[in-house]
Order: sequence, then structure tokens, then C-alpha cells
Amino acid sequence: MSDPVPSTTDGSGQVASARPPARGRSPRLSDRGLAVAFISPAMLLLLAMSVFPLLWALYLSFTDYSATRGGPANFIGFGNYTAILTSAQVHTRALTTVIYVVGAVGLQTVLGFGIAYLISRRTRGRGVLTTLFLVPMMLSPVVVGLFWRFMLDAQFGVVNSMLGSLGLGQVEWLTRQRTALLSLIVVDTWQWTPFIMLIALAGLTAVPKYLYEAASIDRASEWFKFRTITLPLVWPLLLIAVMFRAIEAFRLFDLVYILTNGGPGVSTETLSFHIYKVAFLGFNTGTASAYGILMVLVVIVLTQLYLRYLNKLKEG
Amino acid sequence: MAVSVDEAVSTGPARDHTPPARRLGGRGRSVLEVTLLTVLAVVMLFPVLWMIETSIKENRDVYAIPAKLFDFKVTLAHYKDVFVDPDGGRSALSVSFLNSVVVAGVSTVLATVLGVPAAWAYSRFAVKAKKDQLFFILSTRFMPPVVVVIPIFLMYRQVGLIDNKLGLILIYAAFNVPFTIWMMKGFVDEVPAEYEDAAMLDGYTRLQAFRRFTLPLLMPGIAATAVFALIFSWNEFVFATFLTSSDSVRTAPPAIAGLIGGTTTDWGLVAAASVVFALPVLVFAYLVRKHLIAGVTLGAVRR
Repeated sequence: MSDPVPSTTDGSGQVASARPPARGRSPRLSDRGLAVAFISPAMLLLLAMSVFPLLWALYLSFTDYSATRGGPANFIGFGNYTAILTSAQVHTRALTTVIYVVGAVGLQTVLGFGIAYLISRRTRGRGVLTTLFLVPMMLSPVVVGLFWRFMLDAQFGVVNSMLGSLGLGQVEWLTRQRTALLSLIVVDTWQWTPFIMLIALAGLTAVPKYLYEAASIDRASEWFKFRTITLPLVWPLLLIAVMFRAIEAFRLFDLVYILTNGGPGVSTETLSFHIYKVAFLGFNTGTASAYGILMVLVVIVLTQLYLRYLNKLKEG
Repeated sequence: MAVSVDEAVSTGPARDHTPPARRLGGRGRSVLEVTLLTVLAVVMLFPVLWMIETSIKENRDVYAIPAKLFDFKVTLAHYKDVFVDPDGGRSALSVSFLNSVVVAGVSTVLATVLGVPAAWAYSRFAVKAKKDQLFFILSTRFMPPVVVVIPIFLMYRQVGLIDNKLGLILIYAAFNVPFTIWMMKGFVDEVPAEYEDAAMLDGYTRLQAFRRFTLPLLMPGIAATAVFALIFSWNEFVFATFLTSSDSVRTAPPAIAGLIGGTTTDWGLVAAASVVFALPVLVFAYLVRKHLIAGVTLGAVRR
């Protein structure tokens, strides 16, 4: 960005008023020093709390270390990795995760964009509506998970109660294999639809009005306007939101932990949840680390795609 | 500029120019749209209302079958249980709320102190491989918490930070620094660098120029960023549940989650605790609603 060439600059900086010209140190060097001094503390914290742990996990992933057994970690090469990649259990969890990510993010996108579109067409009450719709997103996953667990309870849950009063049958939401995963998708959709809605709404309000006016003069249909003006202009921003949500959904842990605890059976165990079980219930720290590293690789690829796209959008 | 909810309100709709011939169809459509929006709003808000309702219901009504929507007895007993132990004294829950305040507060201060200067430096100076550094910083935030918590757990066990508030504070600060840098960089970019240049021509050093001229202009942005960091730390569950165990250290999310799992669950208490826990978040989120988009996308989206 800007790199001004001031006549007087000094690294120490005590006296405020007029001072004699530069004291031999070049202003550029001083700027660089300042940049290093300002950036390195934050970087050090990240290196200590994010990078170092990951490197440690990388090391452990090549060993048979167990956090409870203690003892020395024996180097076993790629043993953990081949075990994980060939494990049918892991494949099941991967499939569950994919179903969950596609289902939840897909549903959120459709609903979120739909709500944003409806709100953007209103003249009055937009602020209030938007604020109300945003409430679920700000809640902690703990609160959301607990609360839906109560509402979806097969016996005294309000959802079944309502279904009953409509003359419909009772559903064992969280205790049947199929419906448990569906419940997870529904709850996640409830919480994160506002996220997509918020970003879609930003995109929709940014569409220049004259485009619609021009289309109206040409007697274009609403559908035509939507397809040729609204969608192409909002799509880039919407994609950002979708990618963001997909990364977050891929890492999902807390909601599963609270809502279903992975059950019934293993039907709602996502990859994150499975790692937790391997690490903290099975105590196979080495295996869990390898598992985690593989997941991190996927996340890195997804994040790179996301950031590249974001960057392209910002420059374009 | 970040798109704000308020801005979204002020812009008029685009279809005021519908030709008269189609008005009638337009009105029918409009009614349909309003109905649809209302239904969706009710569905989205119902769980929240149900939570509030459950928190003030008498126990008998909480477990009523079919569920009682309107005619129930109001009680504040659950709220009392949140703060006061049955045998007098402070409840474990209220201690956990206090712990949450400390952990979220201190970690936010730490993230702000580390993140704001870094954001300023990234915005103002030609840092080597700046883009790569910024991307690296943001990508640390996307790491799956369950994966990170395994080595962190081992690391903390070595240095005695397990079941220690400082451990949580450090991890939350690390978790919020990337967000703070990205969010603040946007705010710093909006302050013209020329202000600092002018100050430096007047004889101030760059650091003084930053402190005296840029920093005051950044204050609203810093406040908004800190509020988001506060919300993230406050709501965090995974690290809290794996790195703490005793009642005196545990923060509110794992403490509230700990209310279930026994033979019976006191849902009235869970609801009251959830309301007490969520209320400050909603208030804070309302205060920073102008920056919500940038906030929830970790500072990545702002236009």
C-alpha cells in the first residue's frame, strides 16, 4: 500500500513536537522494524498455539503413541494412515459427513437465499425482519443443541406434540437411524440459514436498481429478471457464503456431541466426532493424530479454494 | 464499506415501476410473499420463544403431554436455581458464568492488543508475501477444533495448563487473533494513510502518528471487533469441554451441557441457564449489527 517518504522519522518516538531532520536511520528501515515489532507477537501466538500443535500431531501420526498408556512413542511409518484410509468405519463416517454437509448446506442455501429474496422485495419492516431472522445464528451450538434435543424429545417434545395435534404420527427424531441424521441437518439448517440469508441480502441490495428498471421498460417477466439480473449478480457473493458454510459444516463436532452423541449406533458420527472417539475414548492418540492430519489436509484444500476465490472476487 | 442491516432498510425496492396492467397479480403475489415470510419468521423464532417459555414454566407444565403453549403457571424458580444453590450459596452454574466472563474478557483483550497493531502494520507497510501471510493467518482459524485439541491437550498436560483458565484464555486468544487481524485490516484500510503522512510531516514519528491520529479513528472498529471476539469466546464449547474439568474453572457452555446426561434432566433449569447465557450475546450482537457480515465471515467479506 502506501509507502510515504517522510523527512523525519525515528524509531524511538518520545518527543512530539518539531524535531530535527532524520538522525541517520532511513525511514524505510524504521518502518520495517515497526512492522516486525507489530506483527511478530500475533504471529508468535499463532505459531505456538496453531502451527506447533499441528506439527506435533504430524509427528504423533507416525507413531503408536497413546496418551494414557504413556511410554515411548514407537515410530511406525505410515501405518496409521493406511489403517485409516482402508478402514470401513472411516468410510462410513466420511459418507455421513458428506451427506450432512451436502444436505445441510444445500438446504441452508435454498432457504437462506429464498428468505433474503423475499425480504429484499419488501419496502417496510426490513430491518426488524432481518434482525429477527438473525437470532439463531448468534446462539452457542450448546444452547441450540440442548434446546432442539428437548423439542425433538419423542415423549414430551413440542415437535411431536404439534404433530400429534395435527393428527400425524409420532416420530422418534433422535433415536432412529434415518431421522437422527435428518434431525441433525434440520437443526444445523435452522441455525445457519440466517448466515446465508445475511450475505445473500447484502448481494441483493447491492444490485443496481436501474437494471431492473431497464428490464421493466422492456416488459421482462419477473422470472426473466431474476434469472438474468438477480442471480448472476448475487451468485459470486452467495458462493462465498456457501463455501464458508461447507468448511464449517465439514468440521462439525459440538452439535453432534450435544444432540445425538453420534447415535443411534454410529448413524450421526461425523469425521470430527469419530476423531474425538478415537482420541479421547479409545486413547489411540497416534491414530487419532493421523486421522486429524488427513482431515486438516482436506480443510486446507477447501480453505485454499475459498481464499483463492475470495481474492479473485476482491480484485475483479 | 460493510453492508449494514440499516442500509438494507433504507434502500427502496426495485419494483415500483411495474406496469399498471400487472398490479393486481402483483398484489396477490405480494400477499403470498408476506404470508410466506411470516410463516418462516415464526418457524425460525419458535425454538427461541419455546426456550424462553420453558424457562418460566412450572416443572409440571414443562413435561406436560401434549405440550402447553399458552395456559401454564409462571415461575421464576428456574432462574433462581441458575444462580443459587439448593442448599444456599452460589451455584456451580453461576461460578461457570463468572469463569466465562473472565476467560472471554481476558482472551478478547489479548487478541485485540495483539491483533490491532498487526492489522495496522499489514495495512500500512509493504510486508513481504503479505497476501500469503494473511491467508495463512486466516486458515489457522479454519482448523477443526477436535484435531487441534489433541496436541494442545498433550502440550497443556506437559506445562500444567489443563483445567486452568490461562490455558483457555491462550487458546481463545489464538483463535481470535486471525479474526481480529482480518476484521481490523478492513477498518484500517478505510482510514487514509495520508493522515499519518501529514502528521509525520509535522514532526511526529510514525508510531506517534498511529497513536494520536489513526488509533482514535479506529476505536469504533476496535469496539465492534472486540465484541465479535467476545461472542466467539463466550460461545466456544469444544476446547472448553476438553481442557477443563473442575467446577471452579469450567466455563458456561460445558457447564450447561453438563446439566443433561443424568437419569433425569431438569429442562426448566437448562432453559433458564440457556436464556441467561444467550441474552448478553444477543444484546451485543444487536450493538454490532452494522458489522455483522464482516463479523460472521471472519472479516473476509466486506463491501
